[in-house]
Amino acid sequence: MTGTTSGSRLHLPRYLREDDSLRTPVGFPDYKSTGLRAPLRTPVDLPQRLTEVTGPVLGEDRVKAEDADLTLRNGGEAVGQRILVYGRVLDSDGRPVPDALVEVWQANAGGRYRHVVDVFPAPLDPHFDGLGRVMTDSLGRYEFMTIKPGAYPWGNHHNAWRPAHIHFSLFGRAFTQRLVTQMYFPDDQLFGQDPIFNAIPAAARHRAISQFSLERTVDNWALAFEWNIVLRGTDQTPFETEDDGDVA
Amino acid sequence: MTTDPLHVPDVSEPYQPLPGRTRHTGFLTGPLRLGTSPSATVGPYLAIGLTWPDGIWAAEEGTEGGVWLRGRVFDGAGDVVPDAMVETWQADPDGGFPSPEDPRGAATYPGFRGFARAQTLTGEFGIFTLKPGRVPDGEGGLQAPHVDVSIFARGILDRVVTRIYFADEADANAEDVVLRGLPEDRRRTLVAERTDDGYRFDVHLQGDQETVFFAV
Repeated sequence: MTGTTSGSRLHLPRYLREDDSLRTPVGFPDYKSTGLRAPLRTPVDLPQRLTEVTGPVLGEDRVKAEDADLTLRNGGEAVGQRILVYGRVLDSDGRPVPDALVEVWQANAGGRYRHVVDVFPAPLDPHFDGLGRVMTDSLGRYEFMTIKPGAYPWGNHHNAWRPAHIHFSLFGRAFTQRLVTQMYFPDDQLFGQDPIFNAIPAAARHRAISQFSLERTVDNWALAFEWNIVLRGTDQTPFETEDDGDVA
Repeated sequence: MTTDPLHVPDVSEPYQPLPGRTRHTGFLTGPLRLGTSPSATVGPYLAIGLTWPDGIWAAEEGTEGGVWLRGRVFDGAGDVVPDAMVETWQADPDGGFPSPEDPRGAATYPGFRGFARAQTLTGEFGIFTLKPGRVPDGEGGLQAPHVDVSIFARGILDRVVTRIYFADEADANAEDVVLRGLPEDRRRTLVAERTDDGYRFDVHLQGDQETVFFAV
């Protein structure tokens, strides 16, 4: 078996990494929860080997067609401003990431999550559970219909409110590409006081903000917001690992 | 008027990055053509979006030779973190990966998915899997059996990555390139101990016993 030898010549991609000055740090002092949770030691560089450049295949069987419409749940329509969220998932090389699982979750129109921990006294919506799942198509495109999430208070500091956002979770092809992030809406007045948004280095914050699209806005139905997501891409020149000649 | 959310019109022109984006040097080599999307915390409500009925089964329930990987995640005060998510990715017992990205070809070990995710709502996570085999290290040797781990939680703005090694693989661990690069007292934080039904691996986000975390 392949795994019991040190292997023949392996052509492994190398996933590039964004410059630290443009990456969200693990901890950010103004976000109080990071104080006891964000590791304090400098992470150790891990060479990218087989485990890091491979990743799970999570197929269509994980996604149902109705998972792409968050506005229709439990036999009725969710309350709120209907929006179409769409975009492409790309590598930093500009290549589409096809057949990739995209998971999203969000608060309802009043800013309330359907979760036991959320005690913000805004009403729950019986027709909104806040969960969506889609697969990207062969060109890396995704889209889902939802309602615009509300802002909500969260106690981090006096009068702290999270700007409206949608949580995204993405798998690319490799462990190295895994990304969990949040999508924001243009021109939110709450950006300035939000440490989770401001933990993103200033030069990269625009990457987390969707853009309004009149073109994709659906007449008499829903506003549209475009958000393209960029995962780490690979060095274009594959390298060869050393071969000790021990081929089974 | 209604719309079909799965109806995706053709793209009329290729994707163009926003103006003003600059190029940056990558972690290893070469420029990024597009800036990567910034990470964000999963927050306290991850259970809404990331719960899978079959999440904990890296190997199907009842798979012969299956083991439970269990552990807790501790914060800097020594308290258990009850709202974390732990994801694991690993080779099968023969050292193959069920992934088309494996240049040796995607492995198809019976009942093995290789990936699992578990939350820590009960105070600990538990993942059912098969102990991985050894995998080439790309430097002419073999890596010790290991599991790559991502940890997500409120208060952590980017996932933290670590590896699980196995205490009953002392010989393999002794020659593992990654473990050998660590001081002895730090190496210990990556080694899972044998239990009745598998292995235990606790994660310490901070403190004297802070787990070794990796930049990948």
